Amino acid sequence: MTMALIDIKGVSKRFGGLAAVSEVDLSVTEGEIHCLIGPNGAGKSTLFKLIVGVYEPSAGSIRFGEADITRERPYARVQRGMSIKMQAPSVFKELPVRQNIHVALQRHRSGPELAQEQERLLALLDLAADADKPAGALAHGQQQWLEIGMALALHPKLLLLDEPTAGMSPEETYRTGELIKSLNRDGMTVIVVEHDMTFIRQIAQRVTVLHLGRVFADGALDQIVSDPRVAEIYLGKTHHG
Amino acid sequence: MLNLINGPQTTGNGRGFWLAFLAVLAVALAYPAFADSYDVGNFSYFLIWIFMALGLSLIWGYGGMLSFGQTFFFGIAGYSYGVLAIIMGGGSTTILALVLSVLIAALAAVVLGYFMIWGRISGMFFGIVTLAATLSLAFFLGQTAGPEWQIGGARLNGFNGMKGMDPLAVGDFYIEGTPFYYVMVALILVVYLALRMLVNSSVGNVIVAIREDPQRAEMLGYDVRKYQLVTFAVGSGLAGLSGALYTSWGQFITPSSIGLPAAAMPIVWVAFSGRSDLTATLVGSFLLLFGFQTITIYSQQAALVLMGALLLATVMVMPQGFIFGIAQAVSGRLRRAPAPSEPDAVRLQADGS
Repeated sequence: MTMALIDIKGVSKRFGGLAAVSEVDLSVTEGEIHCLIGPNGAGKSTLFKLIVGVYEPSAGSIRFGEADITRERPYARVQRGMSIKMQAPSVFKELPVRQNIHVALQRHRSGPELAQEQERLLALLDLAADADKPAGALAHGQQQWLEIGMALALHPKLLLLDEPTAGMSPEETYRTGELIKSLNRDGMTVIVVEHDMTFIRQIAQRVTVLHLGRVFADGALDQIVSDPRVAEIYLGKTHHG
Repeated sequence: MLNLINGPQTTGNGRGFWLAFLAVLAVALAYPAFADSYDVGNFSYFLIWIFMALGLSLIWGYGGMLSFGQTFFFGIAGYSYGVLAIIMGGGSTTILALVLSVLIAALAAVVLGYFMIWGRISGMFFGIVTLAATLSLAFFLGQTAGPEWQIGGARLNGFNGMKGMDPLAVGDFYIEGTPFYYVMVALILVVYLALRMLVNSSVGNVIVAIREDPQRAEMLGYDVRKYQLVTFAVGSGLAGLSGALYTSWGQFITPSSIGLPAAAMPIVWVAFSGRSDLTATLVGSFLLLFGFQTITIYSQQAALVLMGALLLATVMVMPQGFIFGIAQAVSGRLRRAPAPSEPDAVRLQADGS
């Protein structure tokens, strides 16, 4: 039987008077590609930050596998097998590309095995030619790739990607989608926040729609895109048609 | 282990650098044979401060925490050495006094660092809190002139400072003059090489990653606070080593070696030299100390003004540091030469350090 890898129950986050996320329930099964969609300000990125522990929830609980991680610090969650690519690219800008990957890999690997995996990832991300450049000198799309690579270097059970294709060309976006699908085939659970419906159709197995900080709809991809209420708040006729 | 001496976090990884390094070391070792004992003593005095500068390079340049507290820990260890050397009776126990006083400084750094780092103080506020601690200590020690301020018979003596402690000694043999100079050279060699190995190790990788982006580093599964605390304690402990050696060298210490003008000095040395590189810090700090001392003979005011001017010039012209900038320019020129000989630092890293 498949079990929930991440189980969020009644989670809320308030910033002063603003309820960014309200009583959200979300359960993601092991081995799933789960997309989070919703208009701007729906609370998608806030929910991600609650999952990785950048924010502590004002109410509710979060379980990762068997463990209650609601109050755990981010590094401890990462050590349990979570990995995230944030919305804005955050790479170590002054360090060489190769060292960015190295510092992500070194917790799990050392010696020749590390060097081998490092070169494999650089090739996978198409960054081998730029490996000695400072990461800050890469184009925006390449920085996105690098950050995905750093997230992958941790060999996570759960990969969280916040707008992984922002700033990428259609071809790069397609390749990112194929990469995510191949990781998923190898057993990785993936949660993706995205706006690009073509990309979502390419990868999603299940979709949760957030609206005004609450879960608005949740279900299989086909079911969500054919739901007229979802089209009304978010997808719009151009996407839907 | 030894291959960590070269790596991406240090400049000077090629054969040419190490040959020059050995040449400088040979000159340093031969120096007392050619110089008179007064000059050797003066040289030892410059070398005392190098540990403090290297410590600040680690904390600020590599760790990204601007600490104004180097003289705080210098003072704690300097006074601790004074008190311990007196109450333990001098002689060979001074070696133990030195070790203990450095440990006391490192422990003080763990306590102060814990409250700052766990309290999420960073950036400019890190500098402000460490400066406040430094000024408080200097002010407090200035108030200890009365006879009640003594520890086991060791008088703190207010503004006039502590005196009467033994210098470092082994039995009846006092480590002063030329022997003290050789101890300095050996200690700098050990500390410099050990720090190179630290910053090029996997721990060093995390330390610089935290400097670049603490949140990203935490998202790679590193407990950022522990790495910062260790960095702060090691760098501050090195300031403590300078303090204990200073007290042993002059057999006195006063609160003025802790206060504001003294506290600003390491910042100037390290900023001018190139804070993010240990070798630039080592070379630049020595040159500045030497220049400062030379000018002080004619006018102390002029020397201080020059220090201020150098800091301004660094900030405006070469924010990454003059010595570092010159080293980069020279190595860039060498690399463009037809026969490339310098191994690429980053590739070394990939070989699995």
